[in-house]
Amino acid sequence: MITQQSTKDQSIIMRTEGVGKTFGRFVALKDISAEFRHGAITSIIGPNGAGKSTYFNLLSGAFEPSTGTILFEGRDVTGMAQHKFAHLGIAKSFQITNVFPLLTTHENIRVSLQALVSRFDIFRPRTRLSELDDEAEALLERVGLAGHRHRLAGSLAHGEQRALEVGMALASHPRLLLLDEPTAGMSPEETRTMMDLIVRLAQERTVILVEHKMKLVMGISDRLLVLHHGELLAEGTPDDIRRNDIVKRVYLGQREH
Amino acid sequence: MATDLAFEANRQPSPLLQWATRHRVALASLFLLLFPLVIPFKALAVMILIYGLYALGFNLLFGYLGLLSFGHSALFGAGAYLCGIAIVHFGWPWYLAIGLGLLAGMVVALVIGALAIRTRGIYFAMVTMALSQCVYYLFYQAVDLTGGENGLRGVNVKFITLFGFQVDFLNPLSRYYIICSFVIAALWVLSRILASPFGAVIEAVRENEARARASGYDVMLVRLLTFVLSGAFCGLAGALLALHLSTVPIETMHYETSGLAVMMCLLGGMGTFFGPFIGAAIFLLLENLVSVWTSHWQLFVGLAFMVCVLFFPRGIWGTVMEKMKA
Repeated sequence: MITQQSTKDQSIIMRTEGVGKTFGRFVALKDISAEFRHGAITSIIGPNGAGKSTYFNLLSGAFEPSTGTILFEGRDVTGMAQHKFAHLGIAKSFQITNVFPLLTTHENIRVSLQALVSRFDIFRPRTRLSELDDEAEALLERVGLAGHRHRLAGSLAHGEQRALEVGMALASHPRLLLLDEPTAGMSPEETRTMMDLIVRLAQERTVILVEHKMKLVMGISDRLLVLHHGELLAEGTPDDIRRNDIVKRVYLGQREH
Repeated sequence: MATDLAFEANRQPSPLLQWATRHRVALASLFLLLFPLVIPFKALAVMILIYGLYALGFNLLFGYLGLLSFGHSALFGAGAYLCGIAIVHFGWPWYLAIGLGLLAGMVVALVIGALAIRTRGIYFAMVTMALSQCVYYLFYQAVDLTGGENGLRGVNVKFITLFGFQVDFLNPLSRYYIICSFVIAALWVLSRILASPFGAVIEAVRENEARARASGYDVMLVRLLTFVLSGAFCGLAGALLALHLSTVPIETMHYETSGLAVMMCLLGGMGTFFGPFIGAAIFLLLENLVSVWTSHWQLFVGLAFMVCVLFFPRGIWGTVMEKMKA
């Protein structure tokens, strides 16, 4: 199923080779080898408990894999500290909304931008970094929060907080954007807005998306990975997946919502 | 805290508050310079300065980074002892002794911090407390250097000479202003730290550790550095205490002193620039005024603390700030 390609291949941004993850004796993920194409939207789908989130956490550096290696742009990033991923060019948004609730939306983005410029400067005034203000303003506009500059992030509606989080992920100018169920808990209206945003963002960077709702991502994905019981069940274009009998059987009887 | 979000959905501070924030060091300094004119007891005023600085240092970790330490007495005490030891045993000049005290606070903070930062919440409080007790016994046992149970005596500094001028350190008012100048310098540094890019990182880590990590910040290093910075302020406060008291009581390092910092911080308002100082002032004033007519002063300080927690959960200064925002 997986074509053998050299790790130097420019068209592959990230690849995992035989990665697995066990928690105690529980095997959450088993021997996943997959490649993610540069510039594409790849969605990782599967029923509940398939290991999607575990796989996502391995890709984003939150967990260290128990077995196997992870390569980003040909470079081994297995077991690298999470905070270094942002500096490599990999950014993520969480499944559960994760913002800085008592900071304003502008401060949220600004401090994310600052991570690339100044981390341990304890003495010069931060207002010196005024270019960050304009950049933060631009990013807020990008994710549709331009009018909410002075609002505390914790007071935003759910959908707005998720959009803010995407804005914070974009702050590190990532070449690879990882999104864990970006539309979880959203209204249909908010979901549409978010999907439009993802498609727009994917024009300039690679996106890997974890999604529970298969229908949602079929339309926008270039490639799909289907996980089931911690194993890679199928991989291919949306059409391949739609025609795949095993996938049909796994999803059969499962109500999609 | 989350319940208050609706009320401050729009956090654009009033012009008055913006002005006060911009000149917070000048305003605080003015307050400290005028303070002894209001307070008749100069020795108490000096204690307020010292404990205020101690609470400010503690607040950097507790209020701004969101880590509750119960081990700050070790940082405060190490500053006091090392400053005292330098003067008593090594005959160092006062300014070098103060420098050593400050450094001692940072070193102890580095050691305790390195061991404690991987824990969070109540575990962090317990680990810091346990480690501070280790430091306590270390100083308690080193009788030759520290005087053990009797405390370190004879930290006598009679004159402070600066640029050829000789100032009488035994005169209460001049002593106040000498110590005040150190506190003002510390306030200025603290304000710079809070307004720096790193100050923003501290708040981000408090607000959401996972997000800060995903944004590219090394959360453990941020915590350790903040702990060490906090140790610098507490060590300096300890050193000034040794000079002021001419002795270092072993109680300085007792864990009760750690609790004192928590109490002063909550009383004044955690996470506010000047709140801990106000908290220290109110605490020590209450203690001194009430103990004049009853030995059960702790009962009344406790009551005041309860009233504060119930009706001003943001602390006294925190509530004033809140009113100014509106």
